[in-house]
Amino acid sequence: MKVFKWSFIAAIFAYLYLPIGILVINSFNASKYGYEWKGFTLEWYAKLWENEALTQAFLNSLLIASLAATAATIIGTLMALALHRYRFPLKATASSLLFIVMMSPDIVLAITFLIIFIALGIQLGFWSLLIAHITFCLPFVVITVYAQLKGFDKYLLEAAQDLGASESRIFRLIILPLVFPAIVAGWLLSFTLSLDDVIISSFVTGSSFEILPIRVFSMVKVGVSPEVNVLATLLLAISLLLVTFSTLLLRKKYTHD
Amino acid sequence: MKVLNFRRVAIVLTLVWLGLFVLVPHVLVVLTSVMSPDPQHLAVWPVTLASWERLFEPVYAEVFWRSLWLSTLTTAICLVLGYPFAYIVAKLPGVWRGVLLFLMIVPFWTNSLIRTYAIKLILGNKGLVNAALLGAGLVDEPLQLLYTPFAVVFGLVYVLLPFMVLPLVSSFDKLDGTLLEAARDLGAAFWARFRLIIVPLTMPGIIAGSLMVFLPAMGMFYVADLLGGAKNLLLGNIIKNQFLVVRDWPFGAAFSVALIVIMAGLLWLYFLANQRINRQGGLDDEGL
Repeated sequence: MKVFKWSFIAAIFAYLYLPIGILVINSFNASKYGYEWKGFTLEWYAKLWENEALTQAFLNSLLIASLAATAATIIGTLMALALHRYRFPLKATASSLLFIVMMSPDIVLAITFLIIFIALGIQLGFWSLLIAHITFCLPFVVITVYAQLKGFDKYLLEAAQDLGASESRIFRLIILPLVFPAIVAGWLLSFTLSLDDVIISSFVTGSSFEILPIRVFSMVKVGVSPEVNVLATLLLAISLLLVTFSTLLLRKKYTHD
Repeated sequence: MKVLNFRRVAIVLTLVWLGLFVLVPHVLVVLTSVMSPDPQHLAVWPVTLASWERLFEPVYAEVFWRSLWLSTLTTAICLVLGYPFAYIVAKLPGVWRGVLLFLMIVPFWTNSLIRTYAIKLILGNKGLVNAALLGAGLVDEPLQLLYTPFAVVFGLVYVLLPFMVLPLVSSFDKLDGTLLEAARDLGAAFWARFRLIIVPLTMPGIIAGSLMVFLPAMGMFYVADLLGGAKNLLLGNIIKNQFLVVRDWPFGAAFSVALIVIMAGLLWLYFLANQRINRQGGLDDEGL
């Protein structure tokens, strides 16, 4: 039974990692089409350096992902706080709207974003991508932070309030340190979702600001160049570094206390 | 009190952001679907149901049904693979559990379009699968795997499996182990425990996971584009085409609203299941 269990797990991960393994291997593969191994090379890494359009799209993707994750984390934390701590009109509506964003298929969200940007006269490009990415990341930050807020001692906040601390002071000195792990988790989740997105970006992108999936999509019909494998490998490496770093940071901070 | 106090900023930001970028856009999509197409202004008055009628034209109805079928198949496969997987992962000790769940997320960092492209290299005529089959002498010429419904489902399951697993893991977490022990002590066999306790109590997870696979699956135009060829289009391909190529926004919007209606129906089921579980939980508490 145990053998069966672990081979099942291994099979699932083999399925999930096979395509990624191929990308990483092909980034060092001398064969241009990647169907067979023709020897180790760093040629594609050098070629990527010269491919300005592709590196620009790659940097734009990273820029959007980090900005969107940061903004979504700030706005989402405030939203979680508002939903947890305050009473206000339309509160139930606000939670349902967050739920809708989380459950809506990307294609539906993509259309709603496209329509509102056209209606508001926002030019498709950097800002439209940023707003759309922030919005689809929001619910994930809110539930992560909200769950953490629910978990801690509410008398702590009441005590601070009774002693005359302002809301922003309570937030800075008590809430923020306590929900910090959730905030980091929310940021990483948003960063991940933003990097992975294809559908929403295809609708709200403009020629003025191109991000990686859009660039790759335009290559698909004629054949994707091997430099894309390099980019995928780099993305993987950067994200892994980021996660390792934040895990170490959190561990240090919280074992210290 | 300052006008710009902390509480007010948090509340106003919440309401304005969600209103402006979620509520209003959804209303606009519904509105667009009953407007008339216009090449220059995208959608204009008067109100018409023409786009809705066109949904039933055989060409589109066919894509709709095929899309529904491929998504159902994808959901079923994700459930069959994801359910035992989530069960095993949820039962593991903390460290392992964390590591395995983390490993589910890692692939996302390479962008799903690039991963889907890599699947092409696996399923293609010169791809890995065919190379293995030819090498083993099991087939004489490469199998046509790419540009088939099989390839589309393979890609959809690949991209969406984590979305099935994650809600299932959290609902296995909530599953009360003492219930299963009690059932075992009272002589219930595995199958009885599975059918009468495990499945009903994890129903919210099953439905949430299915929802997060089924609905997105119909929209994954890039998976159909890369792996399916011209014959295996999904609903997402039509919507994208209508919005970005043909520029018939009302027709594209009508398709999206149809998708939203299906979503609403499924969400309703989800709430019913949740309610049932909570009521049962309440009764149990009173019994104790």
